[in-house]
Amino acid sequence: MPTTYIQPEFRVRIDYDKCHKCGRCVQQCGWGVYSFNERPIPDDAKCKACHRCVTFCPAHCISIEKSPLAYRDNDNWSPSLRKAVWRQAETGGVLLTGMGNDKPYLRIFDHLVLDACQVTNPSIDPLREPMELRTFLGRKPDSVAVEADADGGWRLADGGGMENNVELEAPIVFAPMSYGSVSLNVHKSMAMAASRLGILMNTGEGGLHADLYPYADNIIVQCASGRFGVTPEYLNRGAAIEIKVGQGAKPGIGGHLPGEKIDNEVSRTRMIPQGTDALSPAPHHDIYSIEDLRQLIYALKEASGYKPVGVKIAAVHNVAAIASGIVRAGADYIYLDGFRGGTGAAPTIIRDHIGIPVEIAIAVVDQRLREEGIRNQASIVAAGSIRSSADMAKAIALGADVVAIGTATLMALGCHLCQQCHTGCCSWGITTQKPELTRRVDPEWGAERLVNLVHAWSHELQEILGALGVNAVESLRGSRERLRSIGLDEQTCRVLGVKPAGL
Amino acid sequence: MPMRPAYSEESPFKIHGGCGLMGICDESGVRFSGEVAIQAMAVQHDRGNGLGGGFAGYGIYPEFPDHFAFHMMYHDLRAKDEAEAMFDQYFLVDLAEPMPTRMVAGINDPPLLWRYFLRPYPHKLEESEVSAEDYVVRVVMTVNSSVDGAFVASSGKNMGAFKGVGYPEEIGHYFMLEEYEGHTWVGHNRFPTNTPGWWGGAHPFTLLDWSIVHNGEISSYGINSRYLEQFGYRCSLGTDTEVAAYLFDLLLRRHKLPLELACKALASPLWADIDRMPANERDVMRSLRAVYGPGMLNGPFAIVLGFNGGMVALNDRIKLRPLVAAKSGSLVIVASEESAIRAICPDPDALWAPKAGEPVVARVRGMDWPIHGDLHATPGEVSCAVTGTEASCDTAEVS
Repeated sequence: MPTTYIQPEFRVRIDYDKCHKCGRCVQQCGWGVYSFNERPIPDDAKCKACHRCVTFCPAHCISIEKSPLAYRDNDNWSPSLRKAVWRQAETGGVLLTGMGNDKPYLRIFDHLVLDACQVTNPSIDPLREPMELRTFLGRKPDSVAVEADADGGWRLADGGGMENNVELEAPIVFAPMSYGSVSLNVHKSMAMAASRLGILMNTGEGGLHADLYPYADNIIVQCASGRFGVTPEYLNRGAAIEIKVGQGAKPGIGGHLPGEKIDNEVSRTRMIPQGTDALSPAPHHDIYSIEDLRQLIYALKEASGYKPVGVKIAAVHNVAAIASGIVRAGADYIYLDGFRGGTGAAPTIIRDHIGIPVEIAIAVVDQRLREEGIRNQASIVAAGSIRSSADMAKAIALGADVVAIGTATLMALGCHLCQQCHTGCCSWGITTQKPELTRRVDPEWGAERLVNLVHAWSHELQEILGALGVNAVESLRGSRERLRSIGLDEQTCRVLGVKPAGL
Repeated sequence: MPMRPAYSEESPFKIHGGCGLMGICDESGVRFSGEVAIQAMAVQHDRGNGLGGGFAGYGIYPEFPDHFAFHMMYHDLRAKDEAEAMFDQYFLVDLAEPMPTRMVAGINDPPLLWRYFLRPYPHKLEESEVSAEDYVVRVVMTVNSSVDGAFVASSGKNMGAFKGVGYPEEIGHYFMLEEYEGHTWVGHNRFPTNTPGWWGGAHPFTLLDWSIVHNGEISSYGINSRYLEQFGYRCSLGTDTEVAAYLFDLLLRRHKLPLELACKALASPLWADIDRMPANERDVMRSLRAVYGPGMLNGPFAIVLGFNGGMVALNDRIKLRPLVAAKSGSLVIVASEESAIRAICPDPDALWAPKAGEPVVARVRGMDWPIHGDLHATPGEVSCAVTGTEASCDTAEVS
C-alpha cells in the first residue's frame, strides 16, 4: 500500500541543460525537496511552491508547475475536500494550516470603488500640496475645553484635551505576530521599521525579546490568554498594551506553538520551558464576561501608568454589540480582525469557516459606536486582509482609524504565501526558529523593505486623498459617501452604509 | 411650487454647487442701507445661476430691538392661518404685516411672505421653564414641522433674512432692501447644480440671530454629516451650508469654544505648522485636530457667519475658494471677488486676501460676542429649526 493517497500538488521541473549543478537549490529548500546525485533530484511530494529555490537558482532553470493530475469533475467534492478526507483517514487528526482563509468567499473590498473630484470641487496634487496622514491611536474626549492664558491666547483646561494617545505618522501598524511563530529577526525588522516610520509594531502574544527594548516607543505589547512573557516591566516597555481576545483566522480558539519552535531564546522570552508546546487557552481564564474584561483593562492601565489599552477581537456575527461593550469597558482602541486574517497555525476547518469579513465588521462597529455617541472613545484598528493601499483607503472610508498589516508585512520579507507557517520549516526564514533559516532575514535589510512598503502605501494613500479632494486622512475616515458598491446586493450595501454606483 | 419639499427622495444625494458671497460690517455700529449689499452682490452676478439669492441684515429693526422678528414663508393662506394661530398661542404679537416687496422681473412664483414682531407671553415662558431663546426655537421647530406649507426664514432679534429663488440683486430689490439700514449685512449668490428650487432652501440659513452663507464644496461632507449625526443633528438638506451651520452650533454653543479656536478646528492648520507652534498653542491645536478631525471642513470653501454683533469670514485650510477682505475706516468688508469690494468701497484703507484658515473677524463695538443668549436646544431641535425639512423635524422632539 502507498503511505498516502494524496498525490503531489506541484511538479518541480529542472532544465538540466541550463543547470549549473551548484546545489544551491538543495541548500535553500527548507522542505528537503532536493537530494543531490551529480545533479539536483527533486521530490515533488515535499514541494510547497514557496519559490525559494526558484528565486535563488543562478541559472533560472527551476520551474514549479501545478500538478496536471485530473480529478473526476465534481463541484460538490473539490479536490481539496477529497484530500482532507484522505488525510484525516490516515492521521485521525485536526488538519492544520497557516496564513489566512484562502476560500473563494466574496471579497467586498473588490466590490467597492472610491470617488474622485471633478469640476465642482478640485482634486489636490499630493506632489505639490501637503497631504497629511498623521493619526492618533486612543481615546479622544467628547470636546476640547480651553481657558484663557495670560498672553491673551488659550491653553487647555485641566483635563480638557487629548491624553494618552499614540501618534502615528501613517494609519498603518504592523499586525501582531509573536516571537516564536516568527523569528527574532522578523521582530527586529518590524521594530526597526516601525521606529523609522513613526508607526507601531505589535509583539503578538510571545513576549518581548530584550533586543527590542530600545524600540519601546514603537511597540504594542500584547497580553493574550497564555500570558507569555507578561510582567510589569513588559507592560511598561510598550507605547500601548493590547489584550488579545480573538484572532480572525481562528475565532474562539487558542493558540498552539509546537515545542520544536521553543528554543532557548523563545523559552526565555515567553517564560516557559524549552521544547514544551506553548498553548494559549481559548478564552482568557480571567475573562468570562465583559465586566471581567473591564477589570483586566484597568489592571493593565494601573500597571502601566495609563497607557492606551486596546482589545483585539475576531470579527464575528455580533461584533457591533461586542465592540460597544469593549469600548464601554474602557478600551482605548478595538482591533477588528476579519476572517481572512492570517495565522501562524490554525485548524483549517476553523480558519476557513468561522468569522465574518472585516469590511462588514468595520462598518457595523463604526456605525454602532456612532449611534451610541461613543465613537470618539476608541480608535478602530482594522485587519484581516488589507492587501493594498486601496484596501486601506476603503477600510478607512468605512470607518477604521488604522489598518494593521500582517501577511503583507511578511510578504515584504519574502513570504510567498505557501501556507506552511505551522511547520516551522519556512524556507524564507520567517516562520521558523532554525538558525540556518532565520539568518536569511537580515534585520537591517528587512527593516528597509518594510519601510519601503509602508512608504509606498502611504504615497498611494496620499494620491487617493488628493483625488478625493481632501488633504488629511481624517477627512476620509468614515466618509462612506466617498465609496460606492458595484455588484453587491442591497442588504450588504445597507449593512456597509454604502450606496450602489449610480446613486 | 413646493413649500416644504419632502427631501427623503433627494437627501441621499449631496447637493453640489458653487456660489458668491459678501459680508460687510461697520464696527462703529453705524447703520447703512441694504443697497450697499445689493451692489456688492450684483457685480458677482455670474457666480450664481439664478436659482438662489439672499441676504441677512442686522440692526434693521431698531424700533423693535427686543422682539423676536419672524420672517415667514407660506405656501398658502391656510398655512398662514395655522402658523398665526400658533404665534397667538405662544407670543404677544406686537406687529404682523406682509413683508414689503415690489414686483421685479425675474422673480416668479414667490410664497406668501409675512413678518411678525413677537414677545413670549411672560407667564407661558415661565410655565415652560426654559429660556426665551429655547422657547422661540421650539416654536420655530413646531411651525416648521407641524404646519404644512410654512417655513421660518429667520427668527432673531433686530435682524432678518431675505432670500428666495432668483439672482441676489433681484431678490434684494424684490425685498426692497434699500429701505432698510443695518450695521452688518451678509449676501449670497447661489450656483446649485441640483436644487429643488425652494425659497426656503436659498441662503442664508439662520438659527435665531445667526446667519450663514457659504461658497464651496466640502469634500469631507460624508464624515462631517456622520459626525454631526452622532450628536443628534440631522443633515437632511444635503448641503454644505447646513453642515457648516451645525458645526458652528456644536463648537460655539454646545462645546463653548472661543470663535477663533472653532475656526481653527474647522479649517485646521497643517501639522507642519502645528509642530512649530509654542507649547501651549501646540497642545491646544493637537487636541482640536484629534478631537474635531471628523468635523474639519476639508475641500474648498469660504464662509461668512453673521450675528448680532458682527461677522466672521473663514477660508478653507489651503485656500481653494476666493475670499478677499478690506478695511476702510470702521468698515470691514469681505467678498468672493475684489470687484465686489471696489463696487461699494473703491479705495479701501487696506485690501488683502486672507490666508487659508485665518478668520477675518468684524465686531461691532459694545455688542455681545456671538452667543445665542441662553439657548439649550438639542441638535435635533436645531436641525429642525434651521432647515424645516420633514426628515429633520420628524425625529426632533416637539414640545
